[in-house]
Order: sequence, then structure tokens, then C-alpha cells
Amino acid sequence: MPALLCRLQAVEKSFGANRVLKRLNLDLPAGEVTVLMGANGAGKSTLVKILSGVHGLDAGSVELEGRPYQPATPSEAIRAGVVTVHQSINDGVIPDLDVASNLMIDRLAEKSYGFRLNRTRLFAEAQAIADRMGLALNVRQPVRELGVADRQLIAIARAMAHQPKLLILDEPTSSLSAAEAERLFGFIEQFTALGVAVLYISHRMSDIRRIGDRIVSMRDGEVSGLFEGEDLDYEGAVQAMLGHRMTDVDIRIPDPNRCVVEIDALRLKAGSRPISLDLRENEIVAVTGLLGSGKTALAQALFGMKPAQSGGVRLDGRPYAPTSPQQAIASGVFMSPKDRASNAVVPQFNLLRNMTLPFLERYSRFSFVSRKAEKATANAMIEALAIVCRSDADEIGTLSGGNQQKVMLARWLAQDCRLLLLDEPFQGVDIRSRRDIGRKIRETAANRATLVFVSELDEALEIADRIIVMSEHAVSAEFRNENVDINEILTAVTGRAPAAPSPSTQAA
Amino acid sequence: MSLDQTETGRQQDPGDSGVARAQRSNRILDLAIRYGFLTLLVGLVIFFSVFANGFAGPRSAVFVFQSVAITGILALGVTCTLVVGGFDLSIGSVATSAMMLSAYMMVVLGQSAVVSIIACLAMGAFIGLINGLLIVKTRVPDLLATLGMMFLLVGLQRIPTEGRSIATGMTMPDGSTADGTFSPLFLQLGRHRFDFFLEKLLPVPVLFLIGIAILVWVFLELTRHGRLMYAIGSNERAASLAGTNVNRYKILAYVISGVLASIAGMLLSARLGRGDIASGTNLLLDAVAASLIGFAVLGAAKPNAFGTAIGALFVGILLQGLTMMNAPYYTQDFVKGAVLVIALVFTFSLSARRTGSH
Repeated sequence: MPALLCRLQAVEKSFGANRVLKRLNLDLPAGEVTVLMGANGAGKSTLVKILSGVHGLDAGSVELEGRPYQPATPSEAIRAGVVTVHQSINDGVIPDLDVASNLMIDRLAEKSYGFRLNRTRLFAEAQAIADRMGLALNVRQPVRELGVADRQLIAIARAMAHQPKLLILDEPTSSLSAAEAERLFGFIEQFTALGVAVLYISHRMSDIRRIGDRIVSMRDGEVSGLFEGEDLDYEGAVQAMLGHRMTDVDIRIPDPNRCVVEIDALRLKAGSRPISLDLRENEIVAVTGLLGSGKTALAQALFGMKPAQSGGVRLDGRPYAPTSPQQAIASGVFMSPKDRASNAVVPQFNLLRNMTLPFLERYSRFSFVSRKAEKATANAMIEALAIVCRSDADEIGTLSGGNQQKVMLARWLAQDCRLLLLDEPFQGVDIRSRRDIGRKIRETAANRATLVFVSELDEALEIADRIIVMSEHAVSAEFRNENVDINEILTAVTGRAPAAPSPSTQAA
Repeated sequence: MSLDQTETGRQQDPGDSGVARAQRSNRILDLAIRYGFLTLLVGLVIFFSVFANGFAGPRSAVFVFQSVAITGILALGVTCTLVVGGFDLSIGSVATSAMMLSAYMMVVLGQSAVVSIIACLAMGAFIGLINGLLIVKTRVPDLLATLGMMFLLVGLQRIPTEGRSIATGMTMPDGSTADGTFSPLFLQLGRHRFDFFLEKLLPVPVLFLIGIAILVWVFLELTRHGRLMYAIGSNERAASLAGTNVNRYKILAYVISGVLASIAGMLLSARLGRGDIASGTNLLLDAVAASLIGFAVLGAAKPNAFGTAIGALFVGILLQGLTMMNAPYYTQDFVKGAVLVIALVFTFSLSARRTGSH
């Protein structure tokens, strides 16, 4: 076992009532790439922010090379040798400045740099960094003229100029092509050879196989699995991350009725394998897969937000190709989007107004909203979904997360539709609301097709008649939710099972 | 403070008294947020009636009404753009352009009142459309797009007369004399006053203000279009994913703003009876102040038509009162600014604390 570089012991962090990290223990050995996996909300980004000096911790300790490490600011963290490259590249570079200024920006922010900006010296020093890193870039070129990969490399090169001891990379390949990613891996190997510890956050199994020395899975603010050694247990890591607290929800699969949606050879991305899928009335299909597996792209294509590359969809036998959510809704395809705070909740509206937002036209006569019609619908839905509130005039922000989510769902359940898309309907929802929501979705499913997008396996098992696993923007497996073997699903999720795209489809 | 707390704690059950006190202070805060500005308005009227000689008379009321009418109409337009989360800085220059256009149409081109009015309304709608398209299609930020439009119009309105004001008998750039006149009917729009309790108390523009305020209020509060506009201003993405045509409503807001600004400009032109190049410099700031003060009225904490009308009245009364107390003209802007800052504190700090305390 190589020397230990960084050790976190019993680290606690809460935001308000939300306990994000629960007595988290984590060791990071020098010279190794530790892959960190975890679903949304598992606490990964909080962990990264504690290490990079953005947040302080509530309890516990962090040691760096055996000494206590508690950075108060990001620049202190950098000086201590902990360097972070954030997921969103544009947080890492300043597009309007040239490469040299971007490489040197941390130095410029230091007091010791002095008042005057010596451009010759700036370019020379930047060139030295670029040479050391093997960056073949003109340091005088503005960063905005560069591609994503080069921007990423600049952010990393700047990080390396600090001679870090711990390098944190947050989803670094999410916007890189395969060749660019390979270049990045080359860099990472150079650093591990120098004894740098790397904390690598990713969900791309191909990356993890290529670069990971050990895998740490996080779930609900705790380390739920640690995998190291010669043969890494990828399925085990994914299982530890997604968990499957087998729930006592009993799914009785009804007989599906007639077909509502026929997806025919839909290609979500250039080069991805086409998807063909039938969705029937009285059937709930869960779509699962890791981040970036194409779940969102499928939802967006069906709801008219972003067209697919090719292929077609038929809705009740007629061609269906919406170009806006408005058109989708008019055709009877509704979607409750994920991340309700940014995509669904209207913070200035009360419960009632949030609920009636999409179908105001149906509650209006000559454009005048009928308060009576609105109130009737809202109160019926409050009762049907057991929404806990004082009245329909409650401000939406005063409701709990679970109840807010119920309101968002009620929005779409209030009217009949042909296809209901639910993107992460259990996100940020307590277990009780989750049951209520799940039951309601199943109860109302008789006259429509329902597609539920979830990243957690047990959520899929709890709600669906059929489970579809996506990876690389295509369907990699399909299961009937009856005595399913969890390990089979996990294998499909990690993406080992499906064949790689053939050259001919890639060319298309 | 801490001593006080320990003492009450000893006398009663500490949790109970704390809750009761918090509830009481919450209720007081609620009342302050809700009725603070209206109380201030009434207080202001009483203060000026007592201390400013002649403030309580009909002549002064007419003055207040006249100044309130034009800023109020402009402010209602700004309110519509604020509702969709935008901002229209071009309203002042749209108004002065409408003033110049109406004068040009009648005095130089000899057109009738009706044709001139239609031309002005069309211009307002067209400028609003361009503003909306700039913001929605070319993604220019709203403040910058309308700022650009403001400069453009300030320049444009001077080109036809080479920077001169328009009045009957003026000399045109080509040496001829403009011999058209303002139609009497048009002038009545700005000058006629109706009897209301007292003889000749209500100027026509005030009736326009009241009518437009009611229309805007009905539109924003009672129709689904208004509701959707508020939704866009509060969470544009959520509104769009709920099937709202966000772009169309945003453009509509700027068109409304442009049309209302052109109405205000025509009323100004009718009152002055000429196309005065120098007037209307304060229109933008007064209107923006009125609509922002409107946030604080009744604790709405959002743009709203009723608040905007009250805000305009507030500014009008304040200025008239100060004038009658012989405050020099140059203190007016300072006072307006101070009132605006206080209103904004009311809106953002106090109501934020209220929602935070829940």
C-alpha cells in the first residue's frame, strides 16, 4: 500500500436540516487514482468543496500528509497543495483572456506578484508551464478561440503549476471526445508517477476502467463501498452507489392495453445505436442508467426540447415530432422535469397557481381565469395526492420537498394525457411521499403510457412494470419487473453487456 | 437585551413567550410591510396640507394629477416588462419620439388628429416589437437592448427637424415654413378638464391613467396571459416546460410598454401644444421610480399595476408638496431617489425577512 496522502475521518456537514455528509471516512493514497462514484445528492460535490476550501466542515478531521488540513478559502487549499478542476470548464478558465493569463491567473491574484503586469515575464512564465506540461498552444491566443479539450487542459495545467499533492478532477471527460480523454489520461498518469494522489469523480465506466486504481462509492453522505486490488469489482461499486434496499412494494404487472407510442430507430446522438421501443397503455416503464447514459436526451426528444438525430416516433399511430414543449403538451405528451427547483417550481406562486400553470387555458373563459375551476382542480389534487398543507393558498416555498414534488406531479396528473414522462420524480423526496407518489402514478396509469426516468435502481423496481437500461445513448437491456436478478441489471448499467457501436452506425 | 430575555424566561415558560413574541413581531412586520407605504402617503398629504400653503387646493390637485398621469402611464408599461423579468429603458425616449412624431404629423405634414394618433401608436408598437425581438431572438440583455434603443430614438427624433422643436410657423431645414396646426381635438386630450366635485378638476390624461391602470390590472391579475407572464418572471424555465410560449409573452410585454409610452408621449404633446425637444428628460427615471415603489405597496414584493399607480401618485404628491414649500427644483431628484431607495429596502429586505422567518 503506498503512502497515505490524505485522510478524512468522521467528516460531518449539514446544510440546514439536510445532513449531507454523515461521519464520512476516506483515505487517499499517494500516486493512485481514487475514483469517486455516487448518485445525485450522495454528497460528492460537498466532499469536493470541503477539500477545496469552499465549505468548512461541521465535525471530523482532514489530514494532509499527516498534518491537520482545514483550508478556509480556495486559495489556501491551493497553497496547501490541493488543486481542483471543476466539472464546468468555463468556471475554470476566463474566455476573454489569453492562454498565458489563464495559466498564470492564480499567481496574478497573489499579493507577492506586485502591482505592475509585466507582459514579457507573464508570457515567458506561462510558456514554461505550457512546455513542462507538453501543451502545444500559443500562449498569446485568447482562450475563447480554443475548444473544450484545450480549455480543460489549460485548467489542469494551471492546477499542475502549483505542484499539487492532491488533484481533484470532477467529471473531467464529460465534454471530451475519446481522443481528448486519452490525452487527459496521459497527463493523469504522469502525475501519479510523481506521487500525486488523484480523486477522480466520474460515472463513465470506460474512464473508470481505464484510469481507476480504486473505487469509492458514496451513498447518502456515507462511503457505501470501497473497491481496490487487481480486479476492480465494477458491478459491486455501482451496486454500492445505487443501492437496492429491497422494498416491500409489490408490483403486480397488469396486462398492457393497446400501443400508444412507437419509437422507431430513434438515434439520440450522432453515432449512437438506434432505439426502438413500444410503450403501451396501462404500462409503466422505468428508464435507468448512469449519468450521461442518454436518459435525459430521450426525455428531451419525446418532449420536444431537443430533436433526436434521426428516426421517428408515432403517437397513437400518427407521426409525432414535437419541436417545443408546447407542441408536445398539445399532442397529449406531458413531462414532469427533474430538478424541480430550477425546472418546475415557480417560487413566487402559491400552491394553487403552481398546480394550474400548464392548463390555465382549460380553467379560463375568454382568457379570464376562473378561480372556481382552479380551486376545484387544486383541492381535488391536494386530496388525491395527500398533499400536506394548510390551504391551496400556501406559498410553495413553505411546503416540504416531498409535498412540493407532489404539487409538481399534480400539475400533470390533473389532466388526461397519452404519454406521461416523469424525470426523476423521487428526487429530493422523503420515503413517505415517495410511496404516495409511486402509488398515485400506478393508480392513474390505466389510460396512458408512462415513462419514468430514474437513476436509482430501487426506485425503478418500486414503480415499473418494465425496466429499460440505457447506456451510451442506447438501450442496453430490458427487464420485466418480475423476479429480476439485480446483478443482471447492474451488469447492464455498467455497460459491459452491449456490443460496442459498429463502425457503420458510427459513420452515420 | 439578553438580560431582558432571561428575566421573562424565569417568569414564564421560556418556549411559549419566545414563540408569542416572535409571532407578535411578525404581525407588526406584516402590517408594516402591507400598509407602510399607504400610511406614508396619507401622512404626506396631511403634512403638506398643514405646512404647505395652498397644497390642499384644487389648483395644486390639478398639477399633481397632470404630472402623475404621464409618468403613471409610462410606469404601467415598465411594470409589464418587469413582470416578465425584463426592463424597458427606452420608454422615455419612445414617449418623446411620439411627442415629436405627433407634432410633425400635424404641424409639418398637415395630417388629422386621428391619422397622427394611429401613427404614434403604430410607432410605439413597432419599437416595442423591435425591443422584444432584440431581447428574445438576438439574446441581447434587456437593459442593453433597450438602452441602445433609447439612444437611437433620442437621436432619431431630432433628425427630421435638425434638432429644432416643432411648432406652428417654424422654419424647416429646407427653408420653408411649417404652417400646419395642432388639431383642437388633439389638444383637448391633454388640456380639457372635467368637473369632478369642483369645476375643472380632472384633466383628460388622468382619466387615461385610470382607464389604463384598470386595464393593465385586469390583464395581469385576472387573465391567464397575465398569470403566465408572472410565471415567466419568476421561473422562465419552469414556465417554458409547462408549455408557455415564453418568447411571445416577452415580446408582448415590450409591445405593451411601447404602446403605453407612445400614449404618454401624445398626452404630453397635447398638453404642451408643440413638439418640444427639451421636455421629457425626467420621464424615464420618474416612471421607473413609480413602478419600483409599486413593489412596496401592500407588500406585493412584485411588479403590480395598483402599486405602480400609487407609486406614481406618491412621487407626484411629494414633488408638488416640495414645490409648494418652496424647496428648490434641484432637490427634487434627491428626494425622489431617497424615496425610491427606502421603497426598495421595504420590498427586498423586509419582505425577504418575512418569507425567511416562516
